Amino acid sequence: MPSRIAPLAVTAYTATSALGRGRSAHVDALRARRGGLRANDFTRVPLACAIGRVAGIEDVVLPDALADHASRNNRLAWLGLGADGFLDAARAAIERHGADRVALIVGTSTASIDATERGYRELDGGRFPEHLRRPHLHTPHALGLFLEAALGTRGPCLTVATACSSSAKVFAKAERLLRLGIADAAIVAGVDTLCDSVLFGFNALELVAPEPCRPFDAARRGLSLGEAAGFALLERAGAGDAPRLLGYGESSDAYHMSTPHPDGAGARLALSDALARAGLTPGDVDYLNLHGTATVKNDEVEATLVADVFPPTTRASSTKGWTGHALGAAGILEAAIALLAIEHAFVPGTLNSEVPDPRCGPQLALANEARAIRVAASHSFGFGGNNCTLIFGDGRVH
Amino acid sequence: MDDLVVHVEGIGWWSPGLPDWPSAAAALRAGAVPDAAGAPPPASVLAPNERRRAPEPVRLACEVAAQACAMAERDAAALPCVFASAQGDVGTTDAMCAALAAAPRDLSPTLFHNSVHNAAAGYWTVATQCRSASTAISAGRGSFAAGLLEAAVETHAEARPVLLAVYDVAVRGVLADVLDGAAAFGAALVLNGERGPHACASLRLRHEAGAAAADDALPAALRPLAASNPSAAALPLFVALARAEPARVRLPAGRDASLAIELLA
Repeated sequence: MPSRIAPLAVTAYTATSALGRGRSAHVDALRARRGGLRANDFTRVPLACAIGRVAGIEDVVLPDALADHASRNNRLAWLGLGADGFLDAARAAIERHGADRVALIVGTSTASIDATERGYRELDGGRFPEHLRRPHLHTPHALGLFLEAALGTRGPCLTVATACSSSAKVFAKAERLLRLGIADAAIVAGVDTLCDSVLFGFNALELVAPEPCRPFDAARRGLSLGEAAGFALLERAGAGDAPRLLGYGESSDAYHMSTPHPDGAGARLALSDALARAGLTPGDVDYLNLHGTATVKNDEVEATLVADVFPPTTRASSTKGWTGHALGAAGILEAAIALLAIEHAFVPGTLNSEVPDPRCGPQLALANEARAIRVAASHSFGFGGNNCTLIFGDGRVH
Repeated sequence: MDDLVVHVEGIGWWSPGLPDWPSAAAALRAGAVPDAAGAPPPASVLAPNERRRAPEPVRLACEVAAQACAMAERDAAALPCVFASAQGDVGTTDAMCAALAAAPRDLSPTLFHNSVHNAAAGYWTVATQCRSASTAISAGRGSFAAGLLEAAVETHAEARPVLLAVYDVAVRGVLADVLDGAAAFGAALVLNGERGPHACASLRLRHEAGAAAADDALPAALRPLAASNPSAAALPLFVALARAEPARVRLPAGRDASLAIELLA
């Protein structure tokens, strides 16, 4: 069992998703129960499903110095980076600590594969068109390279690509770097965009719902895909009342590449490690943002886990009915939602779901609830059986 | 900045014609590597049905990871693991993107699930029944350095030995026009923040501003190997490990940064 850690301050954070750009857009949509899913108008070949598409990505113009990083994913990263004054906060932190002392840890599963896919669609004599012959776009690290150039950090920089847990794990890596004194601040990010690979890939696995996803509903038919960008600035906790990262847990299912362990063995281990690092028990968790993809298997396993582990006072919901599953960006998007739940004292419910799966316990919140939240957790489970659970606390009390 | 000292307990290696660390160490000491390709990595840690299904980078990563665990006499099930690769599974990317350009609705589900960057970590944790944290990272030509720092930080922060595996395969098909990578290369280390009975080398690590020098510290005969694969940016460290003498190397670690590594006496 891991030892308790000193909390880190989340001194700035932001999210952009199908709900809009920035924190206010998310709070407003969650409070008004206004979902961001719409009929798929993204793929050239028709695919009947709902998607969480971010408006305006196509119109984003990157600054000249970054123009050769142009891809849908990097455009969304740039759009998200400017929201809520995050870019200014990040630059101020780099100025304050020195560029060498600021780590940049990003999570993505798609990287800029949208640009790679385009290259294959537009082959000219068996070659990519000239504007796509850019090695820094066709790599899993494309997002890290773009943000490193955009921000000018010179501390450790890496991309975590563990499918749907990617941008949850960035918080764990940042905490360790700060704890060991390798860095004094960390900019963590998660950006994933809609692309043919994920839409037709999940379709091939028969996991895409024909209608907007209904997490934990007894009649759920699969997930809806979305896209998102999220950013957070982590520093050692001082006297301020910024929210805190209290704990994290990482684990592997050791079971199957694309099916969760039937008893949620890895997910339970990630949760118990996160609680141990935070020095908390399940009853201390006021709100739990579930992975809740609305696939038959994920929700079955996760519903049983929640019913087994938490008291009814822990309120649990999946917000994927609002945003869709943002894959590699889901971890940080839902971390942001957990932080907003703390800041604005409310539990977002589970949009689109009406009749809970009988495995669900009384913890599942379908409707929104007004409630003081001192501790909020978030589940992220990915392909390859890769799990990460995060726990955040209200900086005014922790 | 605090320096990190880690102890190496196990080393794995696979490159064309050098299927394990003992043969590689001898070649690196001699300053000559074979031209022969030799047999592909056996990856016998994978069950036969998984081995058939696993793409080439997964077999490469699992081979070197298993070698390092065996040398360290560590049960892989108990080791958190970090898998680092600059380019991931370029063969699967090529096949998937070609399929998507032709007939997206016919994409193979296996191709898609193999396309995730953590495929190697996934197959490895299933094969070894490892429930510990597993991570897949990428950092361009700094992927080895980023993985080494991440694994070193993890062993100190969690007080457990950690497995690092780094790998990249040869780039074929359309992407060969865009990405570098003439040959496959994989290497692995079992690292421990505590000095145990199996420690065979000790490394002091420091992340520093300023780019690493080119590979000019390498013997000329080894430079083609270093240039053949982004993961082989690690080569100067492995030459030092093979010589088992105190040495200092600097590896690329980001846009304008490097990882300074001192092999301690």
